Amino acid sequence: MRIEKHPVLPDRPAGKKVDIFVDGRKVEAYEGEPIAAALWAAGIKKFRYTRKEKQPRGYFCGLGRCTDCVMTVDGVANVRTCITPVKGGMVVQTQKGLGIWKKRQMSW
Amino acid sequence: MEKKANVLVIGAGPAGLCAGIETGKSGAKVIVIDENTRPGGQLFKQIHRFFGSEQHHAGVRGFEIGEMLLHKCKEAGVEMMLSSVVWGLSPEFRAGVVREGKRSMTITADKVILATGASENSLMFPGWTLPGVMGAGAAQTMMNIHRVLPGKRALMIGSGNVGLIVSYQLLQAGCEVKAVVEILPRVGGYKVHANKIARLGVDILISHTVLEVRGRERVEEAIVGRGDRNLRPIPGTERTISVDLVCLAVGLTPLSELAWLAGCKFGYFPLLGGFVPLHNRGMETTVSGMYIAGDASGIEEASTAMEEGRLAGVGALESLAFISAAEADSRRKEIEQNLLMLRKGPYGDFRHKEKEKIYSEWKKVKEKAGGYH
Amino acid sequence: MSGKRLKKRPVVIIDCPEEIPCNPCETVCSQGAIIIGQPITNLPVTDEAKCTGCGRCIPVCPGLAISLLHYDYSPSEASLTVPYEFLPLPKKGQEVFVVDEKGRYLGKGNIIRVIPPEKNNRTSLVTFSFSKKLYKKVKYFVLKRENLIDETRKYEPGKK
Repeated sequence: MRIEKHPVLPDRPAGKKVDIFVDGRKVEAYEGEPIAAALWAAGIKKFRYTRKEKQPRGYFCGLGRCTDCVMTVDGVANVRTCITPVKGGMVVQTQKGLGIWKKRQMSW
Repeated sequence: MEKKANVLVIGAGPAGLCAGIETGKSGAKVIVIDENTRPGGQLFKQIHRFFGSEQHHAGVRGFEIGEMLLHKCKEAGVEMMLSSVVWGLSPEFRAGVVREGKRSMTITADKVILATGASENSLMFPGWTLPGVMGAGAAQTMMNIHRVLPGKRALMIGSGNVGLIVSYQLLQAGCEVKAVVEILPRVGGYKVHANKIARLGVDILISHTVLEVRGRERVEEAIVGRGDRNLRPIPGTERTISVDLVCLAVGLTPLSELAWLAGCKFGYFPLLGGFVPLHNRGMETTVSGMYIAGDASGIEEASTAMEEGRLAGVGALESLAFISAAEADSRRKEIEQNLLMLRKGPYGDFRHKEKEKIYSEWKKVKEKAGGYH
Repeated sequence: MSGKRLKKRPVVIIDCPEEIPCNPCETVCSQGAIIIGQPITNLPVTDEAKCTGCGRCIPVCPGLAISLLHYDYSPSEASLTVPYEFLPLPKKGQEVFVVDEKGRYLGKGNIIRVIPPEKNNRTSLVTFSFSKKLYKKVKYFVLKRENLIDETRKYEPGKK
């Protein structure tokens, strides 16, 4: 749920609405907001499943530190969704375990 | 790519911004670097009014103080580098930086000021990993910065100022706060903050803790129970509270990895959050020319962080001869006076004492190394 | 507090029990009715004779710990002015529930005046009336009466 009106903060700034695709489902998001915020606003709280116990994980530290919120974004695994800004057309997938690592991910 | 600066400030929170302003306005070439896309650290999610006196922006809301500091940074000619992670720092003050997750570069500086802040502590109990359990600060970021409601019914763990303030802000955002639990037999934060939520009907359960959080792939309920004098749960006192959000407000730990990397000596000061780089009254660490300020130098408040940032800046300016020793002394005197005032009262006295211990530990280390006169 | 002064016009009540380094209430008071002095951790002392009941100190208090009590609002009712930072804002004439310091229900009240948030940097000032008998206990008001811990179920260890 989005907070449109707030007693102290100014009205939510009008951002650019874009669509992202989460496990194939179209989700409305604002460009530039963290992927995690867009997902939470859409009621999506499960971001990944752990490797061994296959337990769900979600948003936890909000600072890019704990890595609980990592997902596979545009084919790249282990993207920290709490600090990665939304871009229109992003393809976001619930990550299973460590995800599939690609070569280019390790060689910047 | 390589960059040079007189002063490199790492972290653009209240301490880092004030260090940048102090050094920038006296003519030093300053770079303030931060890994986030926006400067301000945690200031912009603080929507409550700050305590203090008039010169400390008392009664002004945190995010407004943030705006003020950013404006002053601009005036002081501070170069701000955002989305830039400092991944390493050598004892020669060469910082390894990755910009926007892609480009690599180094920054060499004459002096370094660490203002890296703190991270939230966690608490483990069955169900603590379920989506919907999060840091109180993380919930605050989601609602006050990103404007998304983190939950509809919340349980707050911990009654320090963070727990109390975030509870109030959850209520402001439209989330019901079912209870605040506190394992100690007394409320941890200011009574005025506790009163603000108590009069709205929020139960502050002292001598209580969370035993378990349950739910199918997300938080659905929390079980809280009373604790005895040894902080152990008392069987039979459990009760279930229906919530979809559990916030952890159980303290902060200084973020000081870069100080470890640069070879600073540390001490353990649990009342200030754990391991803290030793520093002197002027915020210089055991590595000459490297300063530390704000929560990274021991957990306190934004108001003290801002003063410490200035203090570190004064030290850097003096050693680079941008200001005279007399000018530095007069600035330091004023800042130390402010800090003394901010560290008074039942919530300040212990911080003052711990800081004095850090200064004297620093002196011991320096004397042993023969580098102190 | 002297009963006589309390009856004449609204008077400030500061619920600030701890030595916090803070003094905007003293700074804002043009009458010198709130004294903190040095060090600023001193608890505020109010001079009722000097307080005009203007209420300027209410929104500047970071602890939202200041209110204004008017015992003789009407022959049967007292009134209280409190800082308010929630949505929706109550409306003049609206019936509300008055509560004590722990949010416990005391009785019903009515909104008399609302100074909107724009006037005081997003802190509204709300004045509400209630039965005179309650004047010592009333601390705040709420719009909805809610029981906060709604479910009390027995905990069975191990049961999922």
